[in-house]
Amino acid sequence: MVFGRSKRGAGTASPAEPVTLKILVAGGFGVGKTTLVGAVSEIKPLRTEETLTEAGRPVDDTAGVEAKTTTTVAMDFGRITINDGLVLYLFGTPGQDRFWFLWDELAQGALGAVVLVDTRRLEDSFAGIDYFERRRIPFTVAVNHFDDAELYPAEAIRDALDLDAEVPVMVCDARRRESVRDVLVSVVEHALRRATPASQEAEPRPASAR
Amino acid sequence: MTDRWFDDAAGPVVRPYAMTRGRTRSSSDEARLDLIALVIAQSADGEGDAKPGESGIGAGHGVGHAVGDTDGGGFHHNADLHADSTLAPEHIDIVTSCRRSPQSVAELAAELDLPVGVVRVLIGDLIDADWVRVSRPVPPAELPDESILREVIDGLRAL
Ligand SMILES: Nc1nc2c(ncn2[C@@H]2O[C@H](COP(=O)(O)OP(=O)(O)OP(=O)(O)O)[C@@H](O)[C@H]2O)c(=O)[nH]1
Ligand SMILES: [Mg+2]
Repeated sequence: MVFGRSKRGAGTASPAEPVTLKILVAGGFGVGKTTLVGAVSEIKPLRTEETLTEAGRPVDDTAGVEAKTTTTVAMDFGRITINDGLVLYLFGTPGQDRFWFLWDELAQGALGAVVLVDTRRLEDSFAGIDYFERRRIPFTVAVNHFDDAELYPAEAIRDALDLDAEVPVMVCDARRRESVRDVLVSVVEHALRRATPASQEAEPRPASAR
Repeated sequence: MTDRWFDDAAGPVVRPYAMTRGRTRSSSDEARLDLIALVIAQSADGEGDAKPGESGIGAGHGVGHAVGDTDGGGFHHNADLHADSTLAPEHIDIVTSCRRSPQSVAELAAELDLPVGVVRVLIGDLIDADWVRVSRPVPPAELPDESILREVIDGLRAL
């Protein structure tokens, strides 16, 4: 008489359920992540709290005292309704390394990512770039152009960051909706190129290095 | 004062776990519910997903919501929820919100201003009691197919 786990809804999947997708927005401290998410969507803070176990420590020490701490992290969270059947969510990930565990969850099933870069602090973007490269998550490098920063050509940035030829690099203004929209389109196009065999690709930008 | 949040910035989270009676994980699912999984209300207003009569879940839950489901649901359509004494106000908020339209786990957390972990536990309760179901509990292993990606691109361009 076990009813507890009955899969009652299983046979009645409604065709009207939207497909949900997500794009992550990463980048160093103060680079404009919140601004970017807010430029294209209604933004809300999303709180998550995580129990951190001290890594690499056997758990048998200190009688009964659990070596755990709870950390609350706030993420930027935005929603873009593409159409009735499709919703795109944006997650602005916290920049600090100690939040890697959050990235691991967020990265699962992500359509792609934006790595926001400030040319005055290029090195702040290394961690994000490495992360998405290693996980084969399609990402676009978006240089958020601050008014008082020098403007470098995208190719100089590509070289400085040692990016693969397939990675789109573009200059953007995280405050402007159209600019952010173009960045997001670039991410999805990148994902599409990944999904499409090169031979039948009709996009104007061929993947040159293969 | 006791009703206040204690977790400004990174302080200890007190009240949310009181709400979930100290549980940090849903009993329903070993895996964490995907943040963008959609939570869908079961049989709201007698529309769609008709629930079989024997909605008796585990005796522990004692959720008999078939009872409130008479006709003329109109403006009383949440009466069934409020009649269930096992539900916390936050449970009711979640179901009410999902009855308007399916909501992702992340949206519910943001909207109710609750930490994601707490919302996962609450949704787990609601799944167990068959008030809601979840579209796709775990993230898909593969990228969405080409036609969907093209639809997203078109949609974004039209923004
Ligand atoms: N001039 C200029 N200022 C910008 C731009 N984007 C963001 N800012 C400003 O830079 C500051 C930081 O932007 P945020 O969006 O808060 O950056 P963030 O990455 O979310 O910061 P953290 O969450 O603290 O890491 C804000 O004062 C923004 O108004 C831009 O494109 N140009
Ligand atoms: Mg921010």
